[in-house]
Amino acid sequence: MSFLELAWNILPKLLAGAVVTIELTIIAITIGIVLGIPVAMARVYGNKLLYTISTFFVEIIRGTPLLTQLFILYFGLPSVGIMLSPFVAAIIGMGINSAAYQAEYFRGAIQSIKKEQLIAAYSLGMKKVQAIRHIVLPQMFRLVIPSWSNELIYLLKYSSMAYMIQAPEIMSQARLIASRNFRTFEVFIVVALIYLVLVLVLSKILDSVERRYRIPGL
Amino acid sequence: MPHVILKVENLYKSYGKLAVLKGISFQVNQGETKVIIGPSGTGKSTLLNCINQLTPPDKGRIWLEEIEVTNPATDLNLIRSSIGMVFQHFNLFTHLTVLDNVRLGLVVVKKIPKDKATEISLEKLNQVGLADKINAYPAELSGGQQQRVSIARALAMNPKLILFDEPTSALDPELIGEVLNVMIKLAERGMTMVVVSHEMGFARAVANEIIFMENGVIVEEGKPDIMFHHAQNPRTREFLHKITELYGGKAE
Repeated sequence: MSFLELAWNILPKLLAGAVVTIELTIIAITIGIVLGIPVAMARVYGNKLLYTISTFFVEIIRGTPLLTQLFILYFGLPSVGIMLSPFVAAIIGMGINSAAYQAEYFRGAIQSIKKEQLIAAYSLGMKKVQAIRHIVLPQMFRLVIPSWSNELIYLLKYSSMAYMIQAPEIMSQARLIASRNFRTFEVFIVVALIYLVLVLVLSKILDSVERRYRIPGL
Repeated sequence: MPHVILKVENLYKSYGKLAVLKGISFQVNQGETKVIIGPSGTGKSTLLNCINQLTPPDKGRIWLEEIEVTNPATDLNLIRSSIGMVFQHFNLFTHLTVLDNVRLGLVVVKKIPKDKATEISLEKLNQVGLADKINAYPAELSGGQQQRVSIARALAMNPKLILFDEPTSALDPELIGEVLNVMIKLAERGMTMVVVSHEMGFARAVANEIIFMENGVIVEEGKPDIMFHHAQNPRTREFLHKITELYGGKAE
């Protein structure tokens, strides 16, 4: 069987795996945003308690490998009676992991906004929440796009670690196929190509998002 | 009886051991323009920031008309919305168009419906000569244009008083005139203004009074004519002499 024939035959199964990969990535990045923004806010604007908690969270998550976190969730939690499916464990692990990194990107974006603009907002009579809502957040989202794009691409690729806890993503599918047909080399070349296409498409989309929301003149 | 807009009484402010304001008192009547001059680091900007409490003073009292700004029970956001502020570095919102920069305070702070807010903003932008730039972003404008936007932003709130913190010192020399012209027109229309500036031509043309500040105190204050020609204090004379040499004496 030629490479192309082989690729064609295994493609449906691999694509089914790719769909799971994409689902994992989208759900995890969303959890990461939803958790990451409050964590970033707590790091910048929070009182001592909120700052300490959020900093603790970021340091612990960034200081330990994603794979270890996934193992704790999937293999560790059952010993305290919490059983998660591979998919759920994967999205929780990846989501929390991404939240810590995204929090740092959001924090960096918030802190790069010139303080003068906030002073101007206060001088107009805005409350702090109004200034954050109308001045900080809209700029934060624009400024964060480049580093956030990297996070999304990393996350897409790191979702392959979910294979280690048996989530049925693309690597699991590939491993299964290769264990049956012994064409390991070709199978993983196809997997690599699928990842590559996904990443290229994603960067293209993110590029145009970045251009679309760039502040004119800056 | 002149109507008093701003009254500052015995204001003190220190940063750690550094005393920046050491008992400042003055008042501004409706329609007056007061120009504050003095060497850098004498607390002129701190004084302006204390007036709308962006920097809370340590001691002393401030009134905006009959409302005591320094009373802890006073709604500071309401006070700030009625005191315009124009900054040395414009402080425009970089992600918003010129129109949105001017309109934001009206919509968010004053809760004015968007179409009415747009109407007010366009009128103010027209007044500062920027009706053709409403869809531009700050970074696409020259410094002089940006400063005029920030003046329009302050005007839109219909303030009782506008504070100008060295509005032309960050500008290239050829852009200073367009900003000063707008300010002169405002003064002529009866806007009450407190201006920290070294533009002596402007001071001569529109100031009702010049306040000379040094080392956290008001050394001397008086009408421009008297300050320029018959200042009592030798420091005032020396400073005015130097500054006139540096900046010239004409408005343009």
